[in-house]
Amino acid sequence: MKKIFSRPESLTPAPHLYCAGCGHGIIHRLVAESIDELGVREKTIAVAPVGCAVFAYDYFNFDVTEAPHGRPPAVATGIKRVLPDRIVFTYQGDGDIAAIGTAETIHAANRGENITVIFVNNANYGMTGGQMAPTTLIGQKTATTPFGRDAKRDGYPLHLCELLATLKGVAYLERVTVYNPKHIFNAKRAIKKAFQNQIDGKGFSLVEVISQCPVDWGMTPLDSVAWVKDVFIKEFPLGVFKDI
Amino acid sequence: MEKVIIDADKCKGCALCIEACPKKCLILSDTFNKAGYRPAVFTQKDACISCGFCFQVCPDIAIEIYT
Repeated sequence: MKKIFSRPESLTPAPHLYCAGCGHGIIHRLVAESIDELGVREKTIAVAPVGCAVFAYDYFNFDVTEAPHGRPPAVATGIKRVLPDRIVFTYQGDGDIAAIGTAETIHAANRGENITVIFVNNANYGMTGGQMAPTTLIGQKTATTPFGRDAKRDGYPLHLCELLATLKGVAYLERVTVYNPKHIFNAKRAIKKAFQNQIDGKGFSLVEVISQCPVDWGMTPLDSVAWVKDVFIKEFPLGVFKDI
Repeated sequence: MEKVIIDADKCKGCALCIEACPKKCLILSDTFNKAGYRPAVFTQKDACISCGFCFQVCPDIAIEIYT
């Protein structure tokens, strides 16, 4: 019998420490498969965030460095400018890229740095126990908004793709999700394109992946994928926001 | 050899693969693995079409598919 699907070379056999049903594992595999298919594993450098994906260096089978909270785009800028022949990408959550790292993200994008950003949006701070993040939906219950997010008190959800689409330095922005196989195939295409853009020297590419966070949302994995489908992607519509 | 091989110790029993399988070939085990989860088990050997949907949705890359 012929093996047709298995762990990509760019992932190590280390078991993931993520919760059952978490979307991070799927997104790690899509990134690893894209890098394998583009044949750039030996010259790829990832920048891991602070957040659930902080152990990315254990899971990815290529060089990974760690950045202070929110600063992966700044660290990636430095690496890419010193070693322009390397493929440099950052892997960040919403608390990292859209809260504490907003300034670094916007300026790296505005400078048009030739890097790839994988942005995993799960609508809360996962690692610290599910507190409200800038991307938390109105009415969503979190550890710090036990009665639901109230726009008057907590503001509105931050839509990073729409925000960055106005910047001239940005080459590619797309929002995808991973709640079923069809969307996973589409997310793979988007992630691979973001890496291809970097190889082609097109500039800043960002893929926002809407992901489930069953434990912090207080749901079973199956309920959490249903919530992504029925509620989450209604507030964060999928699609391409910029492609030059 | 089976078409779907599940690493029972890596599986966290999230059941996303069971939901994704178009031929309903997977169920959750009645027994526990080393970490205390009930892993998914491949049961319908003849119905499986090796589509790989279970592999696609598995967050723990615990599944290998053969054809």
